[in-house]
Amino acid sequence: MGEAAGAVEAEPVDEAAGVLEPWEVFRQEKDGDPMRHGGSVMAPDATLAVHYAREMYGRRQESVHLWVVRRADIHDLADPDLLQPPLDRSFKKPGGYVMREKLAAAREASGQQKPRANKGDR
Amino acid sequence: MTDPLALDPVLPARERSQLPFNDAALDHDERYRHFEEHVTGGGKVEATDWMPDEYRTQVLRFVEMHANSELMGVLPEREWIMRAPTLRRKLALTAKVQDEVGHAQLLYRVAEDLGKPREAMIQDLLAGKTKFHNVFHYPTKSWADIGIIAWLVDAAAIVAQQALRDSSYAPYARTMRKICWEESVHIMHGRDVVVTMVTGTPAQRASIQEALDRWWGPLMQMHGPRSDRSKDRDIHWKIKAKTSEELRQEFLGIYVPRIWELGLTLPDPNLGLDPATGEWRYTEPDWNELRRVVTNHGPKSEERLQFRRDNWAATQWVRDAILAAPRAAA
Repeated sequence: MGEAAGAVEAEPVDEAAGVLEPWEVFRQEKDGDPMRHGGSVMAPDATLAVHYAREMYGRRQESVHLWVVRRADIHDLADPDLLQPPLDRSFKKPGGYVMREKLAAAREASGQQKPRANKGDR
Repeated sequence: MTDPLALDPVLPARERSQLPFNDAALDHDERYRHFEEHVTGGGKVEATDWMPDEYRTQVLRFVEMHANSELMGVLPEREWIMRAPTLRRKLALTAKVQDEVGHAQLLYRVAEDLGKPREAMIQDLLAGKTKFHNVFHYPTKSWADIGIIAWLVDAAAIVAQQALRDSSYAPYARTMRKICWEESVHIMHGRDVVVTMVTGTPAQRASIQEALDRWWGPLMQMHGPRSDRSKDRDIHWKIKAKTSEELRQEFLGIYVPRIWELGLTLPDPNLGLDPATGEWRYTEPDWNELRRVVTNHGPKSEERLQFRRDNWAATQWVRDAILAAPRAAA
């Protein structure tokens, strides 16, 4: 046991006993893949939630990594005012820059041909 | 300076919370209308979306019946785990039984989020108030039954389940994608059992033929009688996409040739592909038998339900332990 005051373990958060709640399961199919939502399990605590997740989403070796998160701990953001404001954000996207006509004008002005197979131009 | 809010929206207004039926300020009829328009137009519904009670109860009933069938469906197969002919077959059958119980767990989860607690669903099943699929009310008389069930019952089921991967209720559709992937293994396992026995001794071959003859009636009944597409509320709400007859035709189209390929026969003299229509003709299945069986008057209905009741009582201590245990300090 460490002597420093900081080494004292914080009291575990009192999880309500006897209450089943949903836990969301995220799974990684193979190394390097993103974690994707798989589904959910009902459990009274993290230990059982992880156990159920393993049974439901890993028993066929179809996952290399699982995340199990209490549904109530997920912070949800779906506010369209924040995520989909009615403003032109095309300057933040490659598709927002269409210069075909300006390029054609530039070539015409300089007497150049259109280069072949230059995929960078739009 | 231009007020940004005065500009016209540039990006499509498809954000979920902008779906008009989620707008609590609208009255019920208006929300219902928006919801119906969304779903019939191919839109998906998430558990957190507002939905009319008619839709919620319709999805719930559908998913609950499916979950019940997965849970009850393992009982006929379970009876053969201890009698499997080889260790590999025993492992495969055990894994299949575990998968099907797993499917029940996944589906009960989907149903729970629609508002009915799992305990209530189990109690209704045990009390005979809710149903499970007809094929799970019959006895398994020989090892050949295990091959026929895993191959053809699962095949008939997967035809229906594949059509559910695009269900309007998105959590169900996602679950079906996982389930279909697992079911495809069961079909291979079943077909392998059948092909092995068909190429075995004359007695093994006869055993497969006998099992097939016995299961053909229930298999033809499994998708249910023809229904009027325009009156089917499950189709209206796009919970499912295909009618019973479409599913049966699809099943016959894929599997009858594969059955005949093995030199097996089917006990229906009228069965055949009508070249004029491209449809399979068959003797009308016994719909009275179907109704009798799914209302728990099948040959094994009571015994299997009693097994579940006993099992529910015997495992009460597990649920008690899970729910009552005070949290141990980590």
